[in-house]
Amino acid sequence: MEKTFKSPLKHIAFSVFAWLVGLMIFFPIFWMVLTSFKSELDAISMPPMFFDFDWTLANYVEVQARSNYFKFAMNSVVLSVGSTLIGLVFAVTCAWAMAFSPTKRTKNALLWMLSTKMMPPVGVLVPIYLVFRDWGLLDNRFGIMMVLFLMNLPIMVWMLYTYFKEIPKDILEAARMDGATMPKEILFVLLPMAVPGIASTMLLNIILAWNEAFWTLNLTTSDAAPLTAFIASYSSPEGLFWAKLSAASTMAVAPILIIGWFSQKQLVRGLTFGAVK
Amino acid sequence: MSTRSSTLTGRIMAAPSIIILFLWMIVPLGMTIYFSFLRYNLLMPGMEEWTGLDNYYFFLTDPAFFASLANTLLLVGSVLIITVVGGILLGLMLDQAIFGRGILRLLIIAPFFIMPTVNALVWKNLLMHPVSGMFAWIATSFGLQPIDWFSEAPLTAIIIMVAWQWLPFAVLILLTALQSLDRDQREAAQMDGAGPISIFFYITLPHLGRAITVVILIETIFLLTVFAEIFVTTGGGPGLATTNIAFLVYTQALLQYDIGGASAGGIVAVILANIVAIFLVRLIGKNLDR
Repeated sequence: MEKTFKSPLKHIAFSVFAWLVGLMIFFPIFWMVLTSFKSELDAISMPPMFFDFDWTLANYVEVQARSNYFKFAMNSVVLSVGSTLIGLVFAVTCAWAMAFSPTKRTKNALLWMLSTKMMPPVGVLVPIYLVFRDWGLLDNRFGIMMVLFLMNLPIMVWMLYTYFKEIPKDILEAARMDGATMPKEILFVLLPMAVPGIASTMLLNIILAWNEAFWTLNLTTSDAAPLTAFIASYSSPEGLFWAKLSAASTMAVAPILIIGWFSQKQLVRGLTFGAVK
Repeated sequence: MSTRSSTLTGRIMAAPSIIILFLWMIVPLGMTIYFSFLRYNLLMPGMEEWTGLDNYYFFLTDPAFFASLANTLLLVGSVLIITVVGGILLGLMLDQAIFGRGILRLLIIAPFFIMPTVNALVWKNLLMHPVSGMFAWIATSFGLQPIDWFSEAPLTAIIIMVAWQWLPFAVLILLTALQSLDRDQREAAQMDGAGPISIFFYITLPHLGRAITVVILIETIFLLTVFAEIFVTTGGGPGLATTNIAFLVYTQALLQYDIGGASAGGIVAVILANIVAIFLVRLIGKNLDR
């Protein structure tokens, strides 16, 4: 439902106002990207330089040369994509069963899954840390991948469940009437209808895993550290490396910002467990 | 209709996720509860002994607990107020006809996708730095004294950056809810002579009620455990000024190696979160029936 304005002048005035508000909210990101193209000296100049500085790509080169940025980026990719793929295997089968052959306990099982998401991570930080230490899983990519997978599994099941439930069951009956067998039914009828839901679940989950910063900060140090931990290493007080911090940050958020913009509609459904669609 | 065999297949298909989640939840939680009754410090291995409720006693009577509880509530409360009020206003704004609305919406949603450590360091340095930050420049341009955010108002600084991150979430959900508002209803009210303000309070706001509740509950769950923003900016300080419960437990466990005390703190955090969770699970459960 979209309101329209009676006079074009009001329309323009309101648009200008709205854009000013929007640009203010976006400003920190814009400023970060801009700073990433400055020299370190220009980055901290007073008054701030907006466009009249010497644009340079040196920071992007140096971030990689000095700190091996791509190792951390690779870890982020492996952890977020890996945990998502493992999660999909479990979540698709589970949500599929719950949506297509529900039992009396399905609803309770779903709510129970949701409730596991309510447990604050600090509640289990101590035992997880100790177990990881004893099993040699600290700073290990497989270990942190499992944590990310388990952390997001309830969200994946829920999101897939809400999608699968929307697939009309009549269509199954119709296919069966036409003589389709069970595997054919799944392959040609259900799967094509489920793909959009699975895709958006995947995207949301990659975003959540990519940005996860409690477990990644506590359970990794260098070998398995993703970008969240890499950026945190810029927090040392003596370092005034704003341009390099900005370049590293821009590279760290860019892929996820793009994925996020594509999946904004699905985001609402996933994060509210289907309560708001 | 599901037959007996398809129900069985269904159970077998659903079981792995349920079992693995159950283990993930119950085993560590059980261990935390067990540790919380022990005197257990990593610096003194082999000295573990049963102490009953001592850890809880020490944790709950520690002045640091009250300070961090107050900080947690202040942080959660302030961010909720900012994001819900801001979310309604921005939602209403984006619901109007605006030139380039799609792009504008992307800009406003963007902060949600920024990872917490980037968010915190960009705000701390590029914006809030007392000498070279953008805010300092704006303040001096108006002839004002720049604020040294992280020593004068550290918790406010954390609140601002967390609110910035969560505002898009509220906007997205409230906008989605606004767009499902029945247009006829509002037009009928307009015909009857209702002004925009009474339309907002009598039609729009009640319609948003459910969405607002969802925003509050889900944000609360995440906000109770804000960690990375504090970890990379203030480290809980100065003093205890920005230590919340999550960070207090972290310092006890991984900086002071007091496993028993940290476990008791963890259980307190779980209980606090569960109070919120009960309401959320009920609300969503109701929705499931429809």
